[in-house]
Amino acid sequence: MTPEQALVEVEMITCIIDGFEVTVPKGTLVIRAAEKLGIQIPRFCDHPLLSPAGACRQCLVDIEINGRAFPKPQASCTIPVETGMIVKTQLTSPVAEKAQKGIMELLLINHPLDCPVCDKGGECPLQNQAMSSGRGESRYEGVKRTFEKPVAISSQVLLDRERCVLCARCTRFSDQIAGDPFITLNERGALQQVGIYEKDPFESYYSGNTVQICPVGALTGASYRFRSRPFDLVSTPSACEHCASGCAMRTDVRRGKTLRRLAGEDAAVNEEWNCDKGRWAFKYISSKERIASPLVRGTDGELHEASWPEALAAAAAGLKGKRVGVLVGGRATVEDAYGYSKFARVALSTNDIDFRARAHSDEETSFLSAVALGLTTTYADIDRADKVVLLGFEPEDESPIVFLRIFKQVRKRSLPVLTVAAFASRGSKKMKATLLPVVAGNEAAVIAGISELTSRSVILVGERLSESVGALSAAKALADSTGAKLAWIPRRAGERGALDVGAISTLLPGGRPVSDPAARVDLAAAWGVDSLPTSSGRTTAQILAAAESKELDAVVIGGVDPLDISAQALGQLLNTFVLSLEISHSAVTAIADVVLPVAAVAEKSGTFLDWEGRARAFDKAIPDSLTRSDVRILSMLADEIGAAINLPTVAATAREIQSLDKWDGATVAFAPVSDGSAPKVSGSEAVLASHRLLLDLGTLQNGEANLAGTARSATANISQGRAATLGVAEGDLVQISTQRGSVTVPAHITEMDDSSVWIPRNSEGSQAIANLGNVSGEVVTVVKA
Amino acid sequence: MTQLTPVLSAHWDEADSFTIAGYRRHGGYTAIEKALAMEPDAVIQLVKDSGLRGRGGAGFPTGMKWGFIPQGDGKEHYLVVNADESEPGTCKDVPLMMANPHVLVEGVIIASYAIRANYAFIYVRGEVTHVVRRLQAAISEAYAAGHLGKNIHGKGYDLELVLHVGAGAYICGEETALLDSLEGFRGQPRLRPPFPAIAGLYARPTVVNNVESIASVPSIVNNGAEWFQSMGTEKSKGYTLYSLSGHVANPGQFEAPLGITLRELLEYAGGIRAGHQLKFWTPGGSSTPIFTQANLDTPLDYEGVAAAGSMLGTKALQVFDETTCVVRAVLRWTEFYKHESCGKCTPCREGTWWLVQILRDLEAGKGTAADLDKLLDIVDNIAGRSFCALADGAASPIISSLKHFREEYMQHLNQGGCPFDPAASTLFATAGSR
Amino acid sequence: MAFSTDQLAIMDSIIARYPKSRSAIMPLLHYVQSLAGYVTAEGIEAIAEKLSLATAEVTAVSTFYTQYQSEPVGEYHVGICTNTLCAVMGGDAIYEAVSEHLGIENHGVTPDGKVSLERIECNAACDYAPVVMANWEFYDNQTVQSVKDLVDGARNGNPPAPTRGPSTLRTWKENSAVLAGLPDGLAGEGVSAGEPSKLGLKISRGNS
Repeated sequence: MTPEQALVEVEMITCIIDGFEVTVPKGTLVIRAAEKLGIQIPRFCDHPLLSPAGACRQCLVDIEINGRAFPKPQASCTIPVETGMIVKTQLTSPVAEKAQKGIMELLLINHPLDCPVCDKGGECPLQNQAMSSGRGESRYEGVKRTFEKPVAISSQVLLDRERCVLCARCTRFSDQIAGDPFITLNERGALQQVGIYEKDPFESYYSGNTVQICPVGALTGASYRFRSRPFDLVSTPSACEHCASGCAMRTDVRRGKTLRRLAGEDAAVNEEWNCDKGRWAFKYISSKERIASPLVRGTDGELHEASWPEALAAAAAGLKGKRVGVLVGGRATVEDAYGYSKFARVALSTNDIDFRARAHSDEETSFLSAVALGLTTTYADIDRADKVVLLGFEPEDESPIVFLRIFKQVRKRSLPVLTVAAFASRGSKKMKATLLPVVAGNEAAVIAGISELTSRSVILVGERLSESVGALSAAKALADSTGAKLAWIPRRAGERGALDVGAISTLLPGGRPVSDPAARVDLAAAWGVDSLPTSSGRTTAQILAAAESKELDAVVIGGVDPLDISAQALGQLLNTFVLSLEISHSAVTAIADVVLPVAAVAEKSGTFLDWEGRARAFDKAIPDSLTRSDVRILSMLADEIGAAINLPTVAATAREIQSLDKWDGATVAFAPVSDGSAPKVSGSEAVLASHRLLLDLGTLQNGEANLAGTARSATANISQGRAATLGVAEGDLVQISTQRGSVTVPAHITEMDDSSVWIPRNSEGSQAIANLGNVSGEVVTVVKA
Repeated sequence: MTQLTPVLSAHWDEADSFTIAGYRRHGGYTAIEKALAMEPDAVIQLVKDSGLRGRGGAGFPTGMKWGFIPQGDGKEHYLVVNADESEPGTCKDVPLMMANPHVLVEGVIIASYAIRANYAFIYVRGEVTHVVRRLQAAISEAYAAGHLGKNIHGKGYDLELVLHVGAGAYICGEETALLDSLEGFRGQPRLRPPFPAIAGLYARPTVVNNVESIASVPSIVNNGAEWFQSMGTEKSKGYTLYSLSGHVANPGQFEAPLGITLRELLEYAGGIRAGHQLKFWTPGGSSTPIFTQANLDTPLDYEGVAAAGSMLGTKALQVFDETTCVVRAVLRWTEFYKHESCGKCTPCREGTWWLVQILRDLEAGKGTAADLDKLLDIVDNIAGRSFCALADGAASPIISSLKHFREEYMQHLNQGGCPFDPAASTLFATAGSR
Repeated sequence: MAFSTDQLAIMDSIIARYPKSRSAIMPLLHYVQSLAGYVTAEGIEAIAEKLSLATAEVTAVSTFYTQYQSEPVGEYHVGICTNTLCAVMGGDAIYEAVSEHLGIENHGVTPDGKVSLERIECNAACDYAPVVMANWEFYDNQTVQSVKDLVDGARNGNPPAPTRGPSTLRTWKENSAVLAGLPDGLAGEGVSAGEPSKLGLKISRGNS
């Protein structure tokens, strides 16, 4: 029997609840067994993903085991079922019913009667259960407890203590799930209250979950407070567009405007949680910068509003018969990316297409083409892992639900975590990760030194590993030699799907190698075209270089910020025809010849693939939007060019993707690259490392000041040795500079190699590419500011 | 007449009773010599045989509690002494630790040896500075004398004993709250199971015993189980400390076999203060339902008190005479429970808050007979519904006082205020020194 | 107030008593009180740092226990037991009189910072009722006058000695250090036991 089978074979227990027999796995709590029978026992503190508290006492039931009755009612949220157990809930036991009514009365004596102005009103467990299990009238004639209200425990979460029933869901979540015990129960007795330490606000990446699981209106989101009533909202199940974690979400819209987003439930992926970026970063949709109509640059050099036929004609004129490159961006849905992929091959006859709007390498191209698509690692593998290795990957910042999943196992069974990074991030510290400190550039050698992995180990490779020469090759070699499971976790939501549908020079949809004639024939047949382009295509960097050198005449650009790629990227586009498909005005639209407005995620349907390759389909949350998905526009444009791709709708596109068989022919071979190394530095020189913090200057976070208020501020992380040499203490300003420019931020002294310096990649006051022209592995100068 | 049997208090009248010299003078630290020569299981058996039951209130057999600790499990075991004496009326452990801390230390060594613990803690309440000093000194003397530390008495047994000082929280007398507090958390009770014997301090097998229970162990080791068994009643064996306080002529500590009566104790204490009569009393602290004159002859052992409708508790006999307003007394206890409620569960947190308001009204004569029934109904929604026994304790004085003195409550309501003169019940009223 | 190297070393020695560092949080809070008189923000931050806890976690603990003060108390902190038995026996009368005498309410501090007042719960000395505690030392069998004398003495820097305790009353901060586990060498002072504690023993001796 394998360990997996052993896990599966759980003893089953049969008991009787309200006269009905129910059989559940051993360890199931009575309250949950009752749910299985459709018997709802009222509760507040109980939450299936938090350890039982037994605090609110609302779920009291009568229990007897083998004829022996408990002398008093028991909290059904704390007691596992046993064989021979007979449970009587409020439905069959007058004692349980009175106990529950009594508790409800006690919960309400100090609860304010402000339901009409409370955000929770209409979806409030206290309100609902007071109706179902409470008395008609209170016998309380005393004085209600009052507190100052509301208290901002962070810029995005507000606390109304007098509404709080002290169920400790929020504090347990923060401690047990997020590992951020910044809110606690303080004081005691009738004065017990949720609170923070005055100087340290509740700045957790996951704080919004506490608002969602609060069973009353004690915790509310600053951005939603007093905005709406739940019954005025139209809810649509959706998928998060912010990262590759793949959260199921719910988007709540009133009259065409998104008012809030909640974590959806998916036990296999995000359980019931999401991160604050996913929850609160949606105002970009209603930004003033949104592009309302197509734009065409006139002879005066300015963009002018144009009709769709006009704009499509201008775009077609710039592309037809030309040498064109396609930059998809990392945020396209599977359907849109497929549209770009097919548009490039069919309408533009090119393989010059790449979804990577970030640092990348040929080694990575090979890794993605030959390795990444075949990976089968899932969240469940993390649950079962005997060790997790993080390579070029900071899960809390770059894929927050992956972090929660690892942290869960760290907490539950001390899962060992190993991280190859410049320093131990806050996330690493929470995971009690063993740090293998690395100077950017030396990753391959450090990875090669990792041992003691087994087939149950999981190696999580972040997109940043491509920034270090030979590191991806070393990661693959490590997985091959140990049998450990490998996963590639890009930061953006669209990259995994774009890879799947061939929005990259080396692959066609379904993993068909461009270099394989049989694969091309197969796809050409499916697409009903005579042939597909054979020449090996260009990467993002090569497309930009070709544009600059006029080897390309035009570039089609999806959602791309040139400063995510390089300091030169925008300049390289100045001499070509640029077609931009965008939701908002940007650096690219500013230089584009034709701009075609496209739909934001909430305005369209589509699918993302999370890092596992799991499909995350979603519907339009804003039904009456007039904007169109990229694929539909590309299809119109292809018609205009005269090389139809026949993708009139997202649904039609999804069907076509479905109908393409997965390629079962030969795949390309991985071309390993030998180890690179970090440059040698001396004196005030240092080797730069950076990554993007979860909350930063990313464009999809635009317009949400409350969220931005909880972003971690920029620091320059340096070693104790460097700090001593510089004469710098914690918090003193240091300046990091290159020929391009500099960053001046407070120093944070931490365990790292003396020759390293780390800064956040795109935070307020610290933008690696814009300020320094590099993201990692380059020599910078560090001085006391 | 039941004879007094001073064992723990036998030498409290000596000026140096709290020093190691004073303790040794009367055979101190000879019991560990005997115990360390025995197999640990034999020590457990001895304590089982003695019939010693927990002196902290619940009366659980001490030896059986030790026997629950899994042996050979390869885990650390811990002994934790509950010295958080805070139950209103209870005042036995504090004088014991002040006058003879060494008997506790010796008991700790024997108990730890029996349960194979190499780390023990005394969790003493923080509001008794001089007791803390005496315990600190005793522990340090015991280390210096080789009774604690590595290779105790050359028998290859190691024990570290740490004094942990609380900071004001009655709830920490509840053993799982005490463990959370000792681990550095808020002192709120834990879910059980797991019980401390399986997952206690630091999730390791742990015995939590009251001071008096542990302090009784050296005498059992020295004198044998039969000696201990020779005292007390059928199921309540041995001697114990009875604490008499309140309106008695001479309050104080009386060490006697279990089963002595209040009538006998009052005789030792010189009776109710001159010119007054017994009105009501607690057998074992404020959480035990009050007794009246009718219980003067109730045997004060675990079974006797339970049969009469209360609990032996900590044998804290708070005696009140006819000058005392029972409503005032109950209100004050209720205010105590409200103050000490940890806040974790609804019925205790909200219930004690509500009860105080109702009782304040009743004491002020506001309300009707229907309010008394409402009060009882609310108490019924609190007692037996809470996370731990604190709220049950809060309910006891209310329920029992309404049982015995409903008329007095009505008197308050009928005359729109308290019929008693608080000055009459003060000690100064007797002493005339106001 | 930043902590000195010596003070930080004492904190380390307190932490070293325990198998797990978090257990040291309570003695560390007592220790902070011995330095600052109450639980200061610096104290909470230092403890959080030492124990690798969030400051909120330290706050959660410090606000749970009544001996930890969030505001400065007097050099002599006087607690009058007003739980039922002591209250009935005279504690209420003492509290009223002393509160009026000092002109401060529960948790108040005299303007000179010498004396603070608190209604306290049962302090395990019921056979000595009415009981008053000063810096958590026992003052047994108190009267209105004896407690007025106590607080007046405290304000003049000459408080009477505790009934069962050291020969002189130490300050709040000094006693807080004892509670933090830093002995002051005074264990040998004072009686073994007060008279009520020895009553049963004496009767027994008389009988035998």
